Amino acid sequence: MSPTRREFLAQSGKFLLLTGAAALAFDQILAGKPEEASNYKLTNHWWGMIIDIEKCIGCGACVRADKAENDVPRQPYYFRTWVERYHVPPVDLQHPETESLPEVDSPNGGYDGFTEKYRRGDGSKNFFVPKLCNHCAHSPCVQVCPVGATFESPDGTVLVDTKYCMGCRYCVQACPYGCRYIHPVTHVVDKCSLCYHRITKGLTTACCEACPTGARRLADLKNPDDPVHEFLRTHTIQVLKPQMATGSKMFYHGLDGSVR
Amino acid sequence: MDTIIHGVQGFMYPNEMELQWSILIVLYPFLTGLVAGAFILASLERVFNVEAVKPTYRLSLLTALAFLLVSPLSLQLHLGHPERSIEMYLTPNTSSAMAMFGFIYLWYLMAVLLLEIWLDYRKEIVLMARSGTGVRRWIYKALTLGSDNISERSLEIDNKVGKFITVIGIPSAFLLHGYVGFIFGSVKANPWWSTPVMPIVFLFSAMVSGIALVLLVYMLVSWFQNLKIDMDCVDTIARYLLYAFLIDFSLEMLDLIHRIYEADESFQSLDFMVHTRLYTSQVLIQIVLGTVVPIALLAFVQLVRLSEKARKGLYVLAAGLTLVGIFAMRWNVVIGGQLFSKSFLGYTTYKMEFATREGLLPTILLLILPFVILWVLVKLLPPWPKESGVEKA
Repeated sequence: MSPTRREFLAQSGKFLLLTGAAALAFDQILAGKPEEASNYKLTNHWWGMIIDIEKCIGCGACVRADKAENDVPRQPYYFRTWVERYHVPPVDLQHPETESLPEVDSPNGGYDGFTEKYRRGDGSKNFFVPKLCNHCAHSPCVQVCPVGATFESPDGTVLVDTKYCMGCRYCVQACPYGCRYIHPVTHVVDKCSLCYHRITKGLTTACCEACPTGARRLADLKNPDDPVHEFLRTHTIQVLKPQMATGSKMFYHGLDGSVR
Repeated sequence: MDTIIHGVQGFMYPNEMELQWSILIVLYPFLTGLVAGAFILASLERVFNVEAVKPTYRLSLLTALAFLLVSPLSLQLHLGHPERSIEMYLTPNTSSAMAMFGFIYLWYLMAVLLLEIWLDYRKEIVLMARSGTGVRRWIYKALTLGSDNISERSLEIDNKVGKFITVIGIPSAFLLHGYVGFIFGSVKANPWWSTPVMPIVFLFSAMVSGIALVLLVYMLVSWFQNLKIDMDCVDTIARYLLYAFLIDFSLEMLDLIHRIYEADESFQSLDFMVHTRLYTSQVLIQIVLGTVVPIALLAFVQLVRLSEKARKGLYVLAAGLTLVGIFAMRWNVVIGGQLFSKSFLGYTTYKMEFATREGLLPTILLLILPFVILWVLVKLLPPWPKESGVEKA
């Protein structure tokens, strides 16, 4: 017996509804457990970092961790964080009046560490300087972005909305520290986000976690119990290019005057 | 990878090795500069009643329009996501010099240039809509924007409004190119750009290039159309070119002397760059060939009585060199500002590509395009109507 018109419509209607519902349910299953409601409050934090030059051994673990964590292109001219090696030659006794510029290198951004280059005891001063976005409180990059794609979050981080950035590169020009690059695949700007996806869940950044000597430490300046306050009180601190007055929140201890 | 790292000397921050702004960004201030300069020249006749430059009044306006239409194309080609550029108008960041410039551009295009050209040509457009046939008739009919009243009274109003717009237009043109200078001059991270005189230098170099361009275009169009060149007109324009050039050159030298005297932390690095990587484009092409030589030629014409033919030849030569010099100036600002590291410890090289999106080929095409548009505009809206008494040569 062939179904009547009414039966056919009712059956096919049910079939369509049920497959739709099943598809939706399956989507939910594939998506996994809904995330726990975050109790992260933007206004309760003010992020920065302490970088202790005297502790940095130039192993490059931070660079590797960062590239892996944040899908940074592996080519040697795209970095969210990198390490520079400074070699400050001794004063020329014959011509002490001439300023000798430091010799600086950062092969592959320090990704593979550094091979020995300078002799011990030659009178020179040698150290490593890890660098990353300074998450400035008065960011020149935020100021110049024509569409507001890069912005200062109320928790003190400077972030990029990659769906909004039009790739004009004005912010790259405006950053005094060279912390920004244009992603070769997405064609929008990219830079350190202070591992925002981690710090908002109570974790530290990938670079801080990977650092074997504790040369980098994430700091929350709004948290009264954060050891950063003790550190800032008891150590000499400098930021990079203080004359730029960007309100940098990368607090360096042991920073030499030759570092730029 | 190797191609980028090759050509780096000393230490660059790793992200700095690749240049961010290419020859297209050199082209942009060059084109807007021509717009502002051409408009300022046109305003002389309208506002200050300089009768001598009258033959170039309409040509200047059309030239300005042709270049203004092309200039944003160079930016669009450069953007990583051109489809998002509309966001600059929809959700602009008010503290961004670049975002605000978008509005100045739009204001200048819509409120000043298009309106002024339309008002100035309205009578002819209406007449041609009445007398034309076929497609031409419809084009002109559309251009009337539905207003075909050309009574004495309405033309008088046109003229008054037109004059008012020109008066607003002069500060707008100043703003247009002064502001391009500000986009560079306000970048504190870059000592090569960051100087308060940058907007003024850009403004005067814009006037210089715009005046030189109109001088050239006027002489070329006249030759092509077999019209007699008004010598009084070109002599006057050449004189203005000389004056604008002297101010421009003084400002640039002031900037240079100031930098040398102050010798701040960036000086060693910039000084080295000017003596090496920028020597050809800055010292030889911009300063010597593109500034000192044309100024000397123009001054020579003022001092020595020359035949018409000799004057014409010298004007074409001086105007051509001027345009080369101003292009070199834009190059040295934009490219020069990216050749040194912000660590002041190293230098990189700009490797220009040819047939890529930001290469030399699109740049050349974008330099030709305004002339194509200008040719169409001159056909559509003849700058010298037949009854105006311009003689055939």
